[in-house]
Amino acid sequence: MRTALDLFTIVAVTGGAFFFLAGTAGLLRFPDTFTRLHALTKADNLGLGLVILGLLPRVDSLVTAGKLVVVWLLVLLSGAVASQLIARAQRRRETHP
Amino acid sequence: MTEFFGAAAVFVLAMVALGLVRILRGPTDADRVMAAQLLGTGGIAALLLVGEATAEPAIADVALTLALLAAFAAIAFVKAAAPTPDADPAAEDRA
Repeated sequence: MRTALDLFTIVAVTGGAFFFLAGTAGLLRFPDTFTRLHALTKADNLGLGLVILGLLPRVDSLVTAGKLVVVWLLVLLSGAVASQLIARAQRRRETHP
Repeated sequence: MTEFFGAAAVFVLAMVALGLVRILRGPTDADRVMAAQLLGTGGIAALLLVGEATAEPAIADVALTLALLAAFAAIAFVKAAAPTPDADPAAEDRA
């Protein structure tokens, strides 16, 4: 059981790290602001989400586990709001320079 | 497992640091604030991984605070980047 949970942790955290790699690659390589925003939100939501999912089996108390989930939900909420706001500000700037 | 979490934290931080090149290159302010946002998220992930590697549960509280604060940078940018209020269609809707 311990080994299975450790394996799950390794797979999930590695997956999260991969999404941070993908997010950085997209942020550096994509051609315009909106596609880069798309790459960034993948790193935000999935990268951090998988890292937290991988850490969850290793925490000993329910409070700490809840704290980790709250961190992820906060990032989801702020990422969704911020990406909308950034895209809107950018689009307005392009249409009314 | 400690080494694994440490290595994962270093990897995430390295990726985020690489992403900061976007702040240098721009070209628009929106790209720069996006790199800063990636730094916030990556910082949270690295903090949580370091907290697991060092068996220090208090670091989760630091990550929670960072998650709260990271949202404000992007919102402050949008407020600063917004054109004058009378050119803002959303403000006209509210009026």
